[in-house]
Amino acid sequence: MTRIALVGLGKMGLSHLSLLRPLPDVELVGVCDSAGYVLDVLEKYTGIPTFTDYADMLRRAAPEAVVIATPTHLHGPMVRAAVERGIHVFCEKPLVLDPVEGAELTRLAEARGVVTQVGYHNRYVGTFCEVRRLLDLGAIGRVRSVLAEAYGPVVLRPAGRSWRSRRGSGGGSLYDYAAHPLDLLTWYLGEPLGVRGARLTSIHSSETDDAVAATIAYPGATAVLNVDWSDGSQRKMSTRLTLWGEKGRIFADRQEVQVHLSGNGPVPEGYEPGWNVRFGTDLTPAPAFYVRGEEYSAQLEDFVRRVASHEVAGRSTFATALSTDRLIAAIRVADGAPDGAETTTTSSQVSLPAVGSPAVNGRTPSSRHRNGQPAPLAVMLRSVAGSLAGLRRSA
Amino acid sequence: MSGSGPAGQYALDRLLLGDNQFFGINHMSEEKARAQQLRFQRLDAVMAVLDAARDEGIHTFMCTTHDRVGEICDVVRADPAAYGDMVFLPCMPYAHKYANAVTEDGILGTLRRFLPDGGSLGAALRGTRQLAAKDVEGVATLLVDAELRMFEGLRTPVVWMQNVVVDLLLGLGFYDAFTMFADHVRLRHGAEPGFITMNLPALLDALETAGVENPLVCSNINKLGFRMSGGVDAYLDALERRPFRAVAMSVFASGAIPAEEAIEWVCALPNLESIVFGASSARNIQHTRRLVDEFWVEPAGRRRPEGRVPARSSP
Repeated sequence: MTRIALVGLGKMGLSHLSLLRPLPDVELVGVCDSAGYVLDVLEKYTGIPTFTDYADMLRRAAPEAVVIATPTHLHGPMVRAAVERGIHVFCEKPLVLDPVEGAELTRLAEARGVVTQVGYHNRYVGTFCEVRRLLDLGAIGRVRSVLAEAYGPVVLRPAGRSWRSRRGSGGGSLYDYAAHPLDLLTWYLGEPLGVRGARLTSIHSSETDDAVAATIAYPGATAVLNVDWSDGSQRKMSTRLTLWGEKGRIFADRQEVQVHLSGNGPVPEGYEPGWNVRFGTDLTPAPAFYVRGEEYSAQLEDFVRRVASHEVAGRSTFATALSTDRLIAAIRVADGAPDGAETTTTSSQVSLPAVGSPAVNGRTPSSRHRNGQPAPLAVMLRSVAGSLAGLRRSA
Repeated sequence: MSGSGPAGQYALDRLLLGDNQFFGINHMSEEKARAQQLRFQRLDAVMAVLDAARDEGIHTFMCTTHDRVGEICDVVRADPAAYGDMVFLPCMPYAHKYANAVTEDGILGTLRRFLPDGGSLGAALRGTRQLAAKDVEGVATLLVDAELRMFEGLRTPVVWMQNVVVDLLLGLGFYDAFTMFADHVRLRHGAEPGFITMNLPALLDALETAGVENPLVCSNINKLGFRMSGGVDAYLDALERRPFRAVAMSVFASGAIPAEEAIEWVCALPNLESIVFGASSARNIQHTRRLVDEFWVEPAGRRRPEGRVPARSSP
């Protein structure tokens, strides 16, 4: 039996709570939220122990693991408080807004030996797992270019009163939507060299972005990101990737994988040269308990299993999420953070903020290179100052 | 084929037409979903399929509370001579409407948005008061009433709670919500409550705990085990031994199982009352109808008397 607590009773928190409670090896020892409404209803009708103070819950409920599903700008201190007590952490995505803080938390978690996971559920979608397997097998050879997309009908009019409509809290299409295809890029291609241009666009939202476009440079490959959460043609969120390789092409969304193999590379078992289609219905085993998609169940089942067996290595850890956080930060800088002002440096490259070296110690230096050459120092410093100010202010 | 069944309950037709195909829901392919959305963009294309179903003796439409279903209701209401035999089984809520609203407005904001505000001042006041008092039953029943409004004057003998909500409540352990829903649907709307789920064995336990007797439950039942959480064996065991009225959906697993194989397998199951299926053409409907006629085994002792249920009046 693993003792688990949960903080944050919004959409994701309620979904996680509903998926955790029926798991046979889980004991829910507490839920915490600052707003009493949903909390009171839960206490009255389900008998789950409730708390309004997070530190108090960690102390009194004594969980072995905690699920953090609060708005993104609140993640950092909550993760730290848990990790410092040696509590395993599942945190919603993105991990944090400031990659420097993310790096500190990642190092802290590694030092304390706790199990970490971040809610990038696409890593548990059958079709996206199949893409990873095909890439590992070298089915399409070296990847040359990628189109990473996400569309959905979230903000279709000028409104919005929740934290998701404010960038400073972690709201907006970059943090909420683009994070998903960006994390798949991290999973498939690793860390990029940098961002070659990006634009965040506000369509209806006054305090954040509704669409993101970016060009991302990888060694030998280029990814183009296009994301729009004000797309009324969509019924719900749709994340899709197309990868072109030297020996074939892969398209994947949640439903299916369409693969074209040239026949010049290895042909995986069950595949043939030319077109192949695999369906999510075949690639996805039924979970023990289902609420809203097998991947949400699967990621929590995996976390509970990892905690029980104290398995620190994982599919979506703080370390992998930090890479995605850094890519998100670089996209903001390429767009001209902190002011959101347009940048004209379309041929420049914004590298990911360096966070790991002791030499930078708490700074997020972003170096800009013009046409592959180091940019003048003044430009670099302006960029660093801008990104720092923007990131600090958001945090 | 409809009428009062055992213990005076409304007996469902053997085949019910679902509505996923009209709204671009396809679990296998976004391309196929979009093609269907294009095809059914105009209401007359949807009505043509409903007419084709009625030509095959399928009069029951199991549908979400999507705004476009409201348009279908308008057509049916306007022509009682043509559509007098038509029965609606509404499934609520249409979850994506709420999910997207939660991202925008938060949970409380969403409740405020969907609670009645116009038309009935009494209901609006009732909603505000109940929201403030954390009166879950009051708020939930007002939402049910609001979702049912589009069916005014039409026959809705069963009202279903949609699977995302059923399974969320099931996971949270909020079993009282099932009783609240069942009581409200029976007492205020004179309809039979139904529950859609992806976790049939677990839900039957919960409904038993909540005291909902012989419940009408719709779940995925297919040869592949697609979205049958708890496992195929537990489902078969439930069909064999547990007291509930079973409706099978996703019998083709979104097209992953050939039609004949799928129907033959599901028709051989014990104690199945109905199958809900999606179809986009008269040919598909005829084909499914023919297969079900061929393979269906009528359970011993089940009565399927002819009969009609009265149209619902406004709440």
